Amino acid sequence: MDADIALILLQDGVVNGAVYALLALSLVLVFSVTRVILIPQGEFVAYGALTYAALDAGKVPGSIWMLGLLGVAACLAGLWSMRHHASRGAVLRLLAGTLLLPAVVIGVTLLLAGRAIGVAGEAVLTVLIVAPMAPYLYDIAFKPLAEASVLTLLIAAVGTHLALMGVGLVLFGPEGFRATAFSDAVLSIGSQTIQGQSIWVVASTATTMLALYLFFGFTLFGKALHATAVNRLGARLVGISTALSGRIAFGLAGVIGAMGGILVAPLTTVYYDSGFLIGLKGFVAAIVGGMVSYPLAALAAVLVGVVESFSTFWASAFKEVIVFTVILPVLLVRSLRSPVAEDEE
Amino acid sequence: MRRGIGPILLLLWLCVPLVQAVPSFWLTLADYAGISAIIAIGIVVLTGMGGITSFGQATFMGFGAYATALLTTQAGWSPWLTLPVAMAAAGLASLVIGAVTLRLSGHYLALGTIAWSVAFFYVFGNLDVLGRNDGISGIPPLRIGSTALLDSRSYYPVVWIAVGIVFLLTRNLLDSRIGRAIRALHGGAAAASSFGVGLAGMRMLAFAYAAVLAGLAGWLYAHMQRSVSPTPFGLNQGIEYLLLAVVGGLERLPGAVLGALVLTVVNDRLQDLLPLLFGSQGNYETIVFGFLLVLVLQTAPAGLWPLIVDRFSRHAAAHPGGGEPLPNRTLPQPGALVLQAEGLRKVFGGLVAVSDLSLELHAGEIVGLIGPNGAGKSTTFDLLTSVATPTSGAVHFLGASLSHRAGPAVARLGIARSFQHVKLVGGMSVLENVALGAHLRGRAGPIRAMLRLDRVEEARLFAEAHRQLARVGLAGLEALPARSLALGQQRVVEIARALCLDPVLLLLDEPAAGLRHAEKVELAALLRTLRDQGVTVLLVEHDMDFVMNLTDRLVVMNFGAKLAEGLPAVIGHNPAVIEAYLGSVA
Repeated sequence: MDADIALILLQDGVVNGAVYALLALSLVLVFSVTRVILIPQGEFVAYGALTYAALDAGKVPGSIWMLGLLGVAACLAGLWSMRHHASRGAVLRLLAGTLLLPAVVIGVTLLLAGRAIGVAGEAVLTVLIVAPMAPYLYDIAFKPLAEASVLTLLIAAVGTHLALMGVGLVLFGPEGFRATAFSDAVLSIGSQTIQGQSIWVVASTATTMLALYLFFGFTLFGKALHATAVNRLGARLVGISTALSGRIAFGLAGVIGAMGGILVAPLTTVYYDSGFLIGLKGFVAAIVGGMVSYPLAALAAVLVGVVESFSTFWASAFKEVIVFTVILPVLLVRSLRSPVAEDEE
Repeated sequence: MRRGIGPILLLLWLCVPLVQAVPSFWLTLADYAGISAIIAIGIVVLTGMGGITSFGQATFMGFGAYATALLTTQAGWSPWLTLPVAMAAAGLASLVIGAVTLRLSGHYLALGTIAWSVAFFYVFGNLDVLGRNDGISGIPPLRIGSTALLDSRSYYPVVWIAVGIVFLLTRNLLDSRIGRAIRALHGGAAAASSFGVGLAGMRMLAFAYAAVLAGLAGWLYAHMQRSVSPTPFGLNQGIEYLLLAVVGGLERLPGAVLGALVLTVVNDRLQDLLPLLFGSQGNYETIVFGFLLVLVLQTAPAGLWPLIVDRFSRHAAAHPGGGEPLPNRTLPQPGALVLQAEGLRKVFGGLVAVSDLSLELHAGEIVGLIGPNGAGKSTTFDLLTSVATPTSGAVHFLGASLSHRAGPAVARLGIARSFQHVKLVGGMSVLENVALGAHLRGRAGPIRAMLRLDRVEEARLFAEAHRQLARVGLAGLEALPARSLALGQQRVVEIARALCLDPVLLLLDEPAAGLRHAEKVELAALLRTLRDQGVTVLLVEHDMDFVMNLTDRLVVMNFGAKLAEGLPAVIGHNPAVIEAYLGSVA
């Protein structure tokens, strides 16, 4: 291998790593606020990519019907949880959030699909379709389990992942799709060429990280979320609704997942079940970062991306094996440093 | 379930294939269900009892299946000879993987299982020697004499006899000294550790046991299919095995079998029905499975078995106890120095919880450790029992240094304690919780337990537990689940458990809290008896009447430091102590 190939692999790795970093951030975010290890994150990526690819191809994405269905289910779940203390305002808010919003999104999609609305329009529409599914899922699957153990929540997350993956097959079929790139620009630096798409990916990741930083540092919602992450009971005592925090965290995860999907769609062919592996690599990064540190997780994600692209070059059949065993030395170091784990949490 | 029904059911179940009217299609399903049940039984031990969640059990199944596939096709071994090899391969793999990941706390470990399960899936699919993604075919069938077990009807007895044996051995294991230690991992780990249970070893044991069962399942699978490929050993299958244990009831062995049967049938029906509904082929059943998993967690977190069966009956296993009483250790001479703490200091960040505390305890005395809330009493307890490591200072017990000794080693020396926040295993009976205290007084290991060769020892342990429970005045409550007791009673159960260790030194953290007056009087009498027998008692207590009347000596702490020490009557008039409790009189 010469320096040129190494640089190409490095570039590839950083681009993929940037996507993993986005996912790692959202996993850390959701875990710290709700204690849910968001295995279905990968499905949001796949839904995002396939929805974007469908819009890109001028078709109506099947995911709008899933959005409608989840909205109705979330509405029913909400009404059920309010059955003893329903106020008119709360019910109206619930109806607007779970029925009106999806209805509007579905209407807009049906109206715009097939028309040239540009890359940005398609991307925004994709996020609008996919992102609200996440808070609906929170209301349906996780809110009733809010006081359960991390492990129970994890098992529920795995169940949600299974269900969403199966639905993905129904919505998008078994074929893979690939979208056209956002830009055809090619940058040349010496012997290296950098694809416009790569710049898009890295720049979007950086922007999202900055936005998250500002959100947590400077907005009331952000601080409330942070408070919930630090101490759930304490946050509740000072009047922060844990259900709302959970919804916001899941909403952000949905936005990030859909974005990840949009960024990935032009880079590789995405199938209904591709999201899981992509999400798992975000996990490897998040675990390396200890599930609590954002910068560490982002750094680890880039590392995972680079390891992946180099192992693709050297031992492509064992690419996944290498990526998923990278985690082991990290776990080992962690386990040597921490005392024997207690089950109480 | 009442004793005796189980074996009869099993016999009837084994006779099913003799009825020729039962189509072989259903027998095939039953064979698959049996194989799943074996893995699920392992998950009950690992997750339900040990609190370790694994999504990767299908990987261990793969180790077993590939081991027998390789040996029978390449080396020409007889399938029966590869059975122990398959189980050992899975067990060995679990030891290596466990050494790396088992020390992690719950959800890290669970995520770790996802990671290595994905990794091994690709390993299976990319190794030439394992036939890559095509796998290995042409695996010879099992033979009994000259009869090859080729169809599901003849394979059925093999699978279900294996299920029966595994069920029996596992039930025996869980109902033993080792089994109680495994069950304590989930909810009572700290307490188990302070009674001599090596937590790391127990976690590894549970992990390896589940893996060996999965290896057995893999062996059965390989010789039923007569071919192996990576797909049945991937993560999705691993998730499914966990799912069926959760659905059946993670904490109940029969639940594993029930879950396996129910889900295998449901899965098969769905695979037939859903493609009709959606108009094309695909793994649509995952939608229903995922939905089902969440629904069960939300509505019946304990699973189906408790939901169905506990409605009719719930008998805790009876442990009458008997045999020779356990030998007691010789206690030090009254007045001899038992424990000596010098310059103990514990700093948490900027907070000095215990500051330069020195303390001596002598054989056959009752010493009270008192002080206002936050004075550092419980931290002192943790330092004296090596639960926490002092920032500086040292503790000597009967001449031996306690530094660098873990909980189990401290227990072995004869220090027993109770906890301020009660640490009983809620799902175990009161008697079993108490018997956990005698862990170090038995020595039967897992193999003897599985084969029921430990019954004499078990009877002696339970006799001791009965005796100590009667001694603290809780005879008659033996069979109740520990979580059903009032908090005050739970504290007393902790004392009985501590006594089961046959302690030299008894450390009691607020033993009288939540007790009624009469019960306090009985407790005081018990502690006096123990003292007269030569046991040393150190207790933290807020009930001043209780402390003043009972103790021989008082140590008063405030802000982490020793404020005063002396006879109760003298301490009661010490102005510094009065100020610490009531504030200055100015």
